[in-house]
Amino acid sequence: MNVFEFMITRRESLWHLTVEHFYLVFLAVLIAVIIGIIVGIIITYSYTASVFALTICQVLMTVPSMAMLGFLLPFFGIGFRTGMIALVLYSLLPIVRNTYTGIREIPNSILESAYGMGMTPWHVLLRIQVPLALPVIMAGIRTATVMVIGIAAIASYIGAGGLGELIFHGISRTQPYRILAGAILISIMAVMADLILGWVEERLMVR
Amino acid sequence: MMQELRRKWKGWILVPAILLGLAIGLTVYVVNNPGGTMAARMLTYPSIFRYLREHVLMVLVSCLLAIGAGVPIGIMLTRPRFRSIGRVVENIVNVGQTIPSLAILALFFTFLGRGFNTAVFALWLYSILPILRNTYAGIMSIQPGIIEAAHGMGMTPLHVLGRIELPLAYPVIMAGVRTAVVINVGTATLATFIGAGGLGDLIVTGISVGRPIIIFTGAALSAILAILLDHILGQIEERLVGS
Repeated sequence: MNVFEFMITRRESLWHLTVEHFYLVFLAVLIAVIIGIIVGIIITYSYTASVFALTICQVLMTVPSMAMLGFLLPFFGIGFRTGMIALVLYSLLPIVRNTYTGIREIPNSILESAYGMGMTPWHVLLRIQVPLALPVIMAGIRTATVMVIGIAAIASYIGAGGLGELIFHGISRTQPYRILAGAILISIMAVMADLILGWVEERLMVR
Repeated sequence: MMQELRRKWKGWILVPAILLGLAIGLTVYVVNNPGGTMAARMLTYPSIFRYLREHVLMVLVSCLLAIGAGVPIGIMLTRPRFRSIGRVVENIVNVGQTIPSLAILALFFTFLGRGFNTAVFALWLYSILPILRNTYAGIMSIQPGIIEAAHGMGMTPLHVLGRIELPLAYPVIMAGVRTAVVINVGTATLATFIGAGGLGDLIVTGISVGRPIIIFTGAALSAILAILLDHILGQIEERLVGS
């Protein structure tokens, strides 16, 4: 059996796995966006906190994904939850870092004129800082999403589901077409996500 | 001066020493307290050392070969003759980088079969990408005026490359190498799935026999390795920027 035959005959189960993979990535990035943007905004108010938070995120990113799953496994067990926690942790760094730099890069004169117009700090944050930082934040979300699509494939090993299952089952049963189908679908998903989010980023930049 | 010295001491000696101490302490601890015969069989000094050696060897060989291939290709693409295909190659490299590491390993596994060599080849190809991209971007981002001035002073193209372009692009190239090494250490833990050994073996075996201490040993050692290499390369990068 070759890859294409396999992909056509099994299209229903492949579709199911793709949706599962997408769901895993979407949920993880969504949670990371909510936490990451809030943390990113908070740390712009304190230099010490920003160094602390960014260093922790940097170290977390360096840890190999398989090792992270290994660390979490004894505490959270096999399954969806462990995979989810690992994915959220990995997607935090790019989002926190980009929110922080995006807000930090706004020229002081803009903020001063906003305050001069009598805007409250809340207004400045929501009307000036966040909108201006949006393209940079979006770039962070893009990096996080592409990375998490890859890590979600690894998380299949600990039972989180998704397209990685094809690769792992294919390896253990020595069915190359299954491995290839998994590798191809995951790659397509990552490249597509990169293109679509890149397009969104560009749109935000123009505005 | 004093401050400079203190920062150097901290960067080059203190942090690496702490990380190494942690790794050694952890190894000694788990070998002496494996908590069961099953774990005791996996966690002996020779076996842990073998996994570590396989892992380091995989990363080292693939990264050195990737630097050897990525930097020259990156330089070549910035030469006037190849500049037209530079953009195209850059785009291909960008797409290549979005492909997940597990997918790359799996792809080469189906073509080249199991084993250490397949893993090294896949890692090599995967780590060329950031190095090549950063070499290209680093040289292309130099202001044309600087290079023109160098030509105007009568420097040969080779001189311009060696004395102007490479030194100015060095920090960017080093950043690419650092990215490649960190990704590489992480991907090497997945090499266990294609039968190439490494610290991933400990993690995977630990998961399949349900012994958290084996998982923890493999995970901690590979994490420490990644953080240590990242730190050392960061130090080199900083020194180059400073000088």
